[in-house]
Formats: sequence, structure tokens, C-alpha cells
Amino acid sequence: MAQVSSVADKQTTSSKSITLRISRYNPEYDDASRFMEFNVSYEKWTTVLEAILEVKQYFDHSVAVRYSCRQATCGSCGMMINGKPRLACFTKISELDSNVVTVEPMSNFPIIRDLAVKFERLFDTHHKIKPYLIRDDTEIESDEKEFLQSPEEVEQYIQFANCIKCGLCNAACPTMATDSSFVGPQALAQAYRYVADSRDKGKDSRLKMIDESHGIWRCHFAGSCSQVCPKGVDPAMGIQLLRGYLLGFRS
Amino acid sequence: MRESTIMKIHYGTALAAVALVAVHILMRLTMNFAESLEYETVLANYKFIPYALMLELILILLSVHGFNGLRVILLELKQGRTYEKAVSYGCLAAMVGLIAYGSRTIIMVNMGMV
Repeated sequence: MAQVSSVADKQTTSSKSITLRISRYNPEYDDASRFMEFNVSYEKWTTVLEAILEVKQYFDHSVAVRYSCRQATCGSCGMMINGKPRLACFTKISELDSNVVTVEPMSNFPIIRDLAVKFERLFDTHHKIKPYLIRDDTEIESDEKEFLQSPEEVEQYIQFANCIKCGLCNAACPTMATDSSFVGPQALAQAYRYVADSRDKGKDSRLKMIDESHGIWRCHFAGSCSQVCPKGVDPAMGIQLLRGYLLGFRS
Repeated sequence: MRESTIMKIHYGTALAAVALVAVHILMRLTMNFAESLEYETVLANYKFIPYALMLELILILLSVHGFNGLRVILLELKQGRTYEKAVSYGCLAAMVGLIAYGSRTIIMVNMGMV
């Protein structure tokens, strides 16, 4: 059942409006998700998150959405916007070039309610690949004040350090959709981030972890993870580079 | 066996199969298609040991590559410890069975049983 509401009278400066379709689903009560529609006015700078928050403020405060920083840094507001995984705070309505904006929870994630999804699987796999530097000595014990790296060494992994764990790559991954045990592009890209770090000594244990039947080899290189990353990380490339270690092309 | 070892075999068998199947196709081009499939011609091929060995090798390469590919597809379709074991051992058994059946044909021809 659709509910049509309007907030046009609240924004007298705007001349444009869109229909915002929000997926509503509560696993405790609903058998299937349904869409509710709202007419929302927007300016050229209005983001999808702002539109959702406007709906929450003026029409339906029960819409569940996770957000925090509103500047594409915390990675909380990932959702499917017009069928594509995006950060709601980083997506302007004017850029979507559509009179209808449909927001749904991220694919490949279990739904908590409406647009909020569970991140347990992502965090579990991220934790599994040991996302920290592994070595016997520490910066305190070492003669050096810190573990120095050349710019070339930093260049090997720095783009992968930009990951904000928003989960958009996992939402876009076709293998994640069918293989419930797949490690996923986020964790694999982070595995590469630490394997490629010259300060890290935990390469063997990480490679062993991802070298299993639902690990790195199940990536089909669709590349959709790299297309949707809001921080410019290229998980697909990281996965291919990581395969180089396992195939013996890299050491 | 580690997955990386399996995948190395998977890629290796694919490359080797492409090379050997190319040789096989070139050999078949020495005569027309219908003649190539005649009963006597096929038996003659099996009796020519170097060619029979190449056919046997192609059979092994394609069986290993094909059944591992099938295993991978089936593992992505459904997950579960019992299911995954059944798929892995089932594909291995099917691979061995197909190689044994193909080899049997070549051996029977060379032993004069056909």
C-alpha cells in the first residue's frame, strides 16, 4: 500500500520536487517489503539522506535509517538508490536525473528494519583477515622511532586504507548474492591492504585464511565493487593483486 | 588440497587443453569432416599410439578442468558442510569415472577387443 504525502508547502524556495519511494519492511511483522511514497521538494544540493530525514521529520518518524556523519566518512548510510548501492549522504537528488527516487536496503545484507541492515557478516569477515599490522617487535621496542616507509611502499596500499566499511562493495557483488560463505570484496581488499604493507609480517597467515573454497577464488571479477565505492577504492584490483601472491607472481 | 593449488591446476589444464585441442583440430583437418568420423578412421587414430596418448591427455585435462568448474559452480549455488563434501567428492568420482571410461575405449581398441 502506498502513502502519498507532500512537504512542498514547507519549502517555499524550491520549485522542484520528486517522489521518494521508501522501502518499508519489519521482519517481525511483515511478510514482504512494500513501498511508501512521499513528494519531497529539493534544491540542487539536497542529498537523498536529507530527503529521507525530511520525511522522518514531517511525515513518518518510524522510517528506520542508519546515518551519522553526513559527509561520506562514517559509512553508515549505504543503501540502494535507484537500484545502485550508494551512500545516501553522498548522493544528490539533482544528480540522479529522475523524478522518482527509490531507496531500498542494501542487497546481500539481512534487513533489521526498512533501510537499516545488519553488518555482522561484513565485520566478521573483516575481523577474520586480521586488519592490523602483525609483527613481533613494536615501534616502542625498535631502535627507530617509527617504522619508516618510502613513498613507493606507501603507494602500494594507500588507496585501500581509504575503506570506510560502508558495505557498498559487498552489496554490489554478484558472488555475495549467491554464496553466503564468500569472504566478500571488502575483506579481500583489506587483506591486500595489509599484505602489501611493508611493515606487516602477517602475509602468510592472511593468505592462508583467504585461500579456501569460499575465499578469494570465488571472485569472478565482475568489478561492480570498484564501480560503487564512494572512496575510490578498487577492491577488484586488490583481489587480482592478492591472487598474484597465491599464484606465485608476487612475493 | 589448498584452493590455490586446485586453481593452479584449473588454469594449467585449461591452457594445456587449448594447445592440445588445437593440435587435435589441425590433425582432423588433414581429411574432410565425414571421413574423419568414419569407424575405421577413429580406430586407426586410437591405434596410432602418439595420437592416442594425446587424446588420452586431452580427456584427462578436460575432465579435471570441467569437473572442477562444475564443483565451483555448485559450491556457489548452495552452502553447507555436508553438501560441499558431497559436491567435492561427487565431482572427483565423476571425473575419475569419465577418465576411466574414455581410457577403457582406447585400451580396448589397442588390445584388439573392438
